[in-house]
Amino acid sequence: MNTATALWWAVAASGIYHGVNPGMGWPLAVSAALMDRTRGSLYKALLALAVGHLLAMAAILFPFAALLVLVEWQRQIQVGAACLVIGLGLYLLINRRHPRFLARVPPSRLALWSFLAAMAHGAGLMLVPIYLGICRTIETDAGHAAADTLMGGNVGIAMIVAVVHTFAMTLSGGAIAVGVYRWLGLKFLSKSWFNLDVVWALSLVLVGAISLAVIH
Amino acid sequence: MNLRPDPTFHATPKLAMEAPAETLAFTLMLSPDGSQPDGLAIVDVDPKSKTYSQIVHQVIMPNKGDEFHHFGWNACSSALSPLTGHAFLERRYLIIPGIRSSRIYVIDVKEPLKAKIHKVIEPEEVFAKTGYSRPHTIHCGPEGIYVSTLGGGGKDGTDGPPGIFIMDCETFDILGRYEMDRGIQDKHYDFWWNLPRDYMVSSEWGLPPQFENGIVAEDLLSNKYGHTIHFWDLRGRKNVQSIDLGENHQMALEIRPAHDPAKEYGFCGVVVDTTNLQGAIFTWWRNSDGTFEAKKVITIDPQPADPDDLPDLLKGFSAVPPLVTDIDLSLDDRFLYVACWGTGEMHQYDVSDPMNPKLAGKVEIGGIVKKTPHPNGKTFGYGPQMVEISRDGKRVYWTNSLYSTWDDQFYPGEGGAAMVMANVGGNGGLTLAEDFWVDFPDGYRSHQIRLEGGDCSTDSFCYPSV
Repeated sequence: MNTATALWWAVAASGIYHGVNPGMGWPLAVSAALMDRTRGSLYKALLALAVGHLLAMAAILFPFAALLVLVEWQRQIQVGAACLVIGLGLYLLINRRHPRFLARVPPSRLALWSFLAAMAHGAGLMLVPIYLGICRTIETDAGHAAADTLMGGNVGIAMIVAVVHTFAMTLSGGAIAVGVYRWLGLKFLSKSWFNLDVVWALSLVLVGAISLAVIH
Repeated sequence: MNLRPDPTFHATPKLAMEAPAETLAFTLMLSPDGSQPDGLAIVDVDPKSKTYSQIVHQVIMPNKGDEFHHFGWNACSSALSPLTGHAFLERRYLIIPGIRSSRIYVIDVKEPLKAKIHKVIEPEEVFAKTGYSRPHTIHCGPEGIYVSTLGGGGKDGTDGPPGIFIMDCETFDILGRYEMDRGIQDKHYDFWWNLPRDYMVSSEWGLPPQFENGIVAEDLLSNKYGHTIHFWDLRGRKNVQSIDLGENHQMALEIRPAHDPAKEYGFCGVVVDTTNLQGAIFTWWRNSDGTFEAKKVITIDPQPADPDDLPDLLKGFSAVPPLVTDIDLSLDDRFLYVACWGTGEMHQYDVSDPMNPKLAGKVEIGGIVKKTPHPNGKTFGYGPQMVEISRDGKRVYWTNSLYSTWDDQFYPGEGGAAMVMANVGGNGGLTLAEDFWVDFPDGYRSHQIRLEGGDCSTDSFCYPSV
């Protein structure tokens, strides 16, 4: 497996990781279906969660895509992004409190909630080092390209990264939501929910650290 | 923080009903004349235990004159919504406000038999951070711990309206007022909500000068106590509708929404109708357009009495009013328990059809006139008051004191503390358990009961029972 393939798998794997975590929203899709007594509401809720998550990924990745125009600074950008991710991980390790403003979002506005939850937990930031790594793997082709093509390429990759990640998240979270709704029952919720706060913070640090280690 | 959700958090009311039965109860003890500090009694309610129906531990507070009344948990089943980010809180602390002192105690009951004070919030802090006084009902919800108050600012609590404030559910710091737009709400008592539907309902008792030194008969007869219930956009913190139940419906107190959040109705108990001394239950509901309505569904008649058997307050009426002072709804939303504190009766209504309740069971104990003794022969002072139902709906516990100064007006002479339990029949029906009688220390009265692991007036659920 070459570096590019590994990184794309990392994009998908992080999506699954986000998706199966109840904290990122799949129980809300089950709740919607049960409250409305129709399975359609489950898919509607999943879609709203996916849109919010996708926007949060895009909001973080696009500025980095734009930064990559500065080709000669690419290494520094990568180092900076890795440090940022490590910093957020360390911050979340020390400050274990959940942002209170999330509790003010009405349950009817799932997309907004999903966007804010992903932003607050640095879900998008976790993808940045992976994304930058992917951009590096095609650097040889892009190295001599004009700035606008380069930027177009980076934005395109950012978009694909966000979509692949969100798709993996929605598929995995959706599979659990459907399973709980149809077969497993809500007892599964409290049985399968693990406190991943520390793991989450550590995985941010880990992603940043790996990225620092492989930058050359 | 736990690594898994607290085992006492349940996604649905049905799952909570299937959980293991309670083995301990927490009951508040108040010193009516303030001569002793108030306390929390931990009562053994495990029928297999040698100390069944005995107080096995007490936490006595360091201050006098708090007057304990209602209390609640730092966290409950509402934490199982991903929206709040509180899934890993522990149900570990009881938040106990003094409604006379405005002091708030946080009691750590992780080891119930070694329960101890974790934190004390002094009245000055409550006043300074909220402008409210006389904290009362506690519920844990989306933004932390919500505390309703009965008084506004100033010495007598009439400087500005009372309302709800929010406490941090981890540090127990007071964060500030809840309301952003209170509409016409100017009195307060109870509140509860439907979390996924995002609405809250609140009720009204009266302002502190109307209750602290006893019931004010002139205010009651001129219908000056609360008679309006308010509906709120919960997370928007806005009053969206107020329904006046009619000014003769004096003191709209307990709010009991259906536990299953798919159901959009609930109940409210009214202490007394000043036109005929009846007690009443209203059913309120939400229409599909988001507006609310309320309708009287239960009336309980007063009972004729010889004026010689009545306290001064009631002599002129030659009747004893039921005085509906507390109501509680079983987790399956099937039975509504109604305490008739005046007549000394506990009613059980089948409310499967909330618009058409049917009396399913009744127990007589205490009462202003009847003074029915417990089946074990002991005297039950006052009448059935604060009522709590086990999660499985099979046992109903209650105590007997309403509020120190009101106890003395309706039941002159000291009646003491009591806590009893009744068993619920498979298809309704209510029978007092002869072997359950709690002896309290001298000089105390008993108020609200909380059951280990949550009960029918603490936990709010985020998922329907289907």
